[in-house]
Amino acid sequence: MAEKDIILETQNLGISFGGLKAVDDVNLKIKRRALYGLVGPNGAGKTTVFNMLTGVYQPTTGTFLLEGEPLLGKTQEQINRKGMARTFQNIRLFNNMSVIRNVLVGLHNQPEFKYNPITGMLRMPAYYECEYAMRERAKEILDVFGLRTERNNLACNLSYGTQRKLEIARALATNPKVLLLDEPAAGMNPNETVELMEIIRKIRDDFDLTVLLIEHDMKFVSGLCDEVTVLNFGTTLVQGKTADALSDPEVIKAYIGG
Amino acid sequence: MKRYLSLAKNHFKLSRNINWMLMSVALVFLAIMSDAGLLTRSFTGLLSRIAYSIILAVSLQLVVGFLGELSLGHAGFMCVGAYIGCFTANYLHTVIDSKLLVLVIAMLVGAAVAMVFGFIIGLPALRLKGDYLAIVTLAFGEIVRNIFKNLEIFGGAMGLKTKIYKPSELFIIAFIVAIFTIIFIQNLIRSKHGRAITAIRDNEIAAKAMGINVTYYKLLVFIIAAAFAGVAGVIYGHFTTPLLYTFFSYNYSIEILVMVVLGGMGSIHGSILAAIAITVINFLLQNNLSGDLAALRLLVYALILIVVIIFNNAPALKGVRARFNIRSFIRRFSQRKVIRPSLRYDDSAEWNQIETKIRMDEILTADLPHNEIYTPDPREKED
Amino acid sequence: MSIIMDGLSLGAIYALIALGYTMVYGIAKMLNFAHGDIIMVGAYAILTILTVTGNPLLGILVSIVVCTVSGVVIEKFAYKPLRGASPLAVLITAIGVSFFLQSIAQLLFGAKSRPISLPYLGHVTIFGAEISVNTIITLIVGAIIMAMLTLFVKYTRTGRAMQAVSEDRGAAILMGVNVNGIIMITFAIGSALAAFASLFYLMQIPSTSPTLGSMPGIKAFTAAVIGGIGSIPGAMLGGMLLGLVEKICLSIPAISQYTTAIEFSLLILILLVKPIGILGKKRREKV
Repeated sequence: MAEKDIILETQNLGISFGGLKAVDDVNLKIKRRALYGLVGPNGAGKTTVFNMLTGVYQPTTGTFLLEGEPLLGKTQEQINRKGMARTFQNIRLFNNMSVIRNVLVGLHNQPEFKYNPITGMLRMPAYYECEYAMRERAKEILDVFGLRTERNNLACNLSYGTQRKLEIARALATNPKVLLLDEPAAGMNPNETVELMEIIRKIRDDFDLTVLLIEHDMKFVSGLCDEVTVLNFGTTLVQGKTADALSDPEVIKAYIGG
Repeated sequence: MKRYLSLAKNHFKLSRNINWMLMSVALVFLAIMSDAGLLTRSFTGLLSRIAYSIILAVSLQLVVGFLGELSLGHAGFMCVGAYIGCFTANYLHTVIDSKLLVLVIAMLVGAAVAMVFGFIIGLPALRLKGDYLAIVTLAFGEIVRNIFKNLEIFGGAMGLKTKIYKPSELFIIAFIVAIFTIIFIQNLIRSKHGRAITAIRDNEIAAKAMGINVTYYKLLVFIIAAAFAGVAGVIYGHFTTPLLYTFFSYNYSIEILVMVVLGGMGSIHGSILAAIAITVINFLLQNNLSGDLAALRLLVYALILIVVIIFNNAPALKGVRARFNIRSFIRRFSQRKVIRPSLRYDDSAEWNQIETKIRMDEILTADLPHNEIYTPDPREKED
Repeated sequence: MSIIMDGLSLGAIYALIALGYTMVYGIAKMLNFAHGDIIMVGAYAILTILTVTGNPLLGILVSIVVCTVSGVVIEKFAYKPLRGASPLAVLITAIGVSFFLQSIAQLLFGAKSRPISLPYLGHVTIFGAEISVNTIITLIVGAIIMAMLTLFVKYTRTGRAMQAVSEDRGAAILMGVNVNGIIMITFAIGSALAAFASLFYLMQIPSTSPTLGSMPGIKAFTAAVIGGIGSIPGAMLGGMLLGLVEKICLSIPAISQYTTAIEFSLLILILLVKPIGILGKKRREKV
């Protein structure tokens, strides 16, 4: 595999909290347009990896590169602008805003929708042009998730599964290269899960995305991901093709606790 | 230009702009009355006070209601603006003849200096949250007061002598400034920048993850709010003389905060109404309870405050509130009308509705149990 | 030397008030802005008893009772209905209560400040410095009270329940702790401490006025935040630090008039370096 096909790479990524090594020596190589899974038992450090990749935590060892550019030490905002967007395990929507406004916040940094606060205060023509265009774009994104009709509802009034979808929509609005999904199917019923798998495939194809996801639902992972990394106690247990990795005896042992 | 006008017309919604439009109508009416000599001096004085209170309340609403940071130092910004602006005005009077021009320049100077202080206070806001920021802003207000008290060029403890305006002229200028304040802050809130600000309030972590530059917006909000408070200070300085540091105590900051809270967090209409109500109540109590009864004034004010807050917020009174809710009252009336399919394109409701209600506990303590999700009233929808 | 002793005794006063702020904050998660005015209530109680009976000890006892009762009554009528409402609403109510107490004092005793004559206890000379006995009493009694409070919170059943409520109110309820009772006790203790503070304050500045409590209240609040609000040792440390700084600044003529500004700047600086106060506990928000 040629190096330039690797979009996201971590090298010896690790972090410790006061002597406790939460994550140690994680090496990921994620190919462009891959659907990559990050699995492991509770407390294995999956979300911590996400937090390091998005700049919430600063890794204590190692580094990570997006398209060959090291992003270590960048803030969350900068990392998002470089092309990595995420969702959260415990949903973090803007609850007091309508659905469409959540997506509009995601569109905030897109270069085609730029105008300065003074323009907004004085409502100069650029304000109207941008706001109109932003709404059209937001509705297109909501269409992908079938949320257009919900757009004027408050985010906190949506069902759990819909909130998860909205979070993905909002992340998608930031026009990422890599989308990090933290347990996207948690709390969804089987129908919703299947629908979500379709959506993730579709956005990967339509938006030319690479998706890295954390999930506990093994059916979901094996049905969707090409490759997985299994973490246990902060270290890499197995890496490889999904079917092989998940049937590895070590992995089964880690899950069942042999 | 034509396209601009049509866009502007399409997105204009009366109920969202009613505040400043009503104020403009009232201003024209009052100005005519005043010109005809029908208004007493104390009444025009009251109008001036209402105007600068509105400026203060609406600008503090931007910080507290929209950015979600508690500030107890708004009077401090006002103090800086007032002293520096009026000091400049005193000098300018010797150079420029036009009183109005001097006032305008003084306001700009006051705003500019207050902006600098807004920036300085915005810096700790980047690191501190909730109560800690509240005490820092409170400390800032007291520091400013303490310094102006001891600077001899500003009159020291005797206060700064200012050239006051006739209230009958001042209130017109003050009202115009207040109307522009409302328009500017409202427009800002209803733009993408306002969305970013409310996003920070709703969930700072998620806002960061969406690439919102939190540093920039927090500073921006503090600077803008400080600027308007500075302008209000200059107006105040042209209303009373001498300008005394005692006025800008934390009690006054709190009075502005009371306007914001009573008006409803995140509601510009509300802060305007509350600013008017509180100023009028204060005025009436001051005029009618003087001398020995001065203490009663404070008592009545305190009781109104406690009763209104408990009535508006006590969990046990939820049922009572639902029955006497103004909004449901209005809705009952408006439902009689047949709702016509809107001619505007289908997002005009969405476009304008940003004055969302928020859970106030998030402002003070981020770590409260999140068991009771506050659900705002369902808004009118047009599609 | 005498400056340091004065500073420490002023610090002890601030610490006693700050303890009230910090305990209420820790338990009820609210800023009790009316706490400063409880000191004023205590001062007037002492004044009344002194004028009627002339017995200072009785005055102190009555002042403690009055403060405790008013603290509990305020909690019951103004704050309890708002349990579960937003803290900002509670904050505004507390401000309302503060105004309310001031206006009542003004109605009963007039707006002017009134002198109060506490018995003068003389001076002693320690290491060549003249130190008033009042200062020493303040320091010693203050230290005893703070030590007792620390022991109370650490080793009694009620104290442990208080810790539990401050840590996690929801969990404390599930463990069968009577949260309303604990909050009431907290207000009672905080107000009783304020009564002591008012006595010591009067020993330094022997006059009362309806707004007597507001400045020491704010300063003590500052002290509580400097020490890390919610932390009992923090409140003591912050109070002592602030008292020392205040007395030292006041003793230097060049900067004495800027004492308030310096004290509050100190607060801002400390918070900028350590955003949770010196001894505050950090709460990490889980992502």
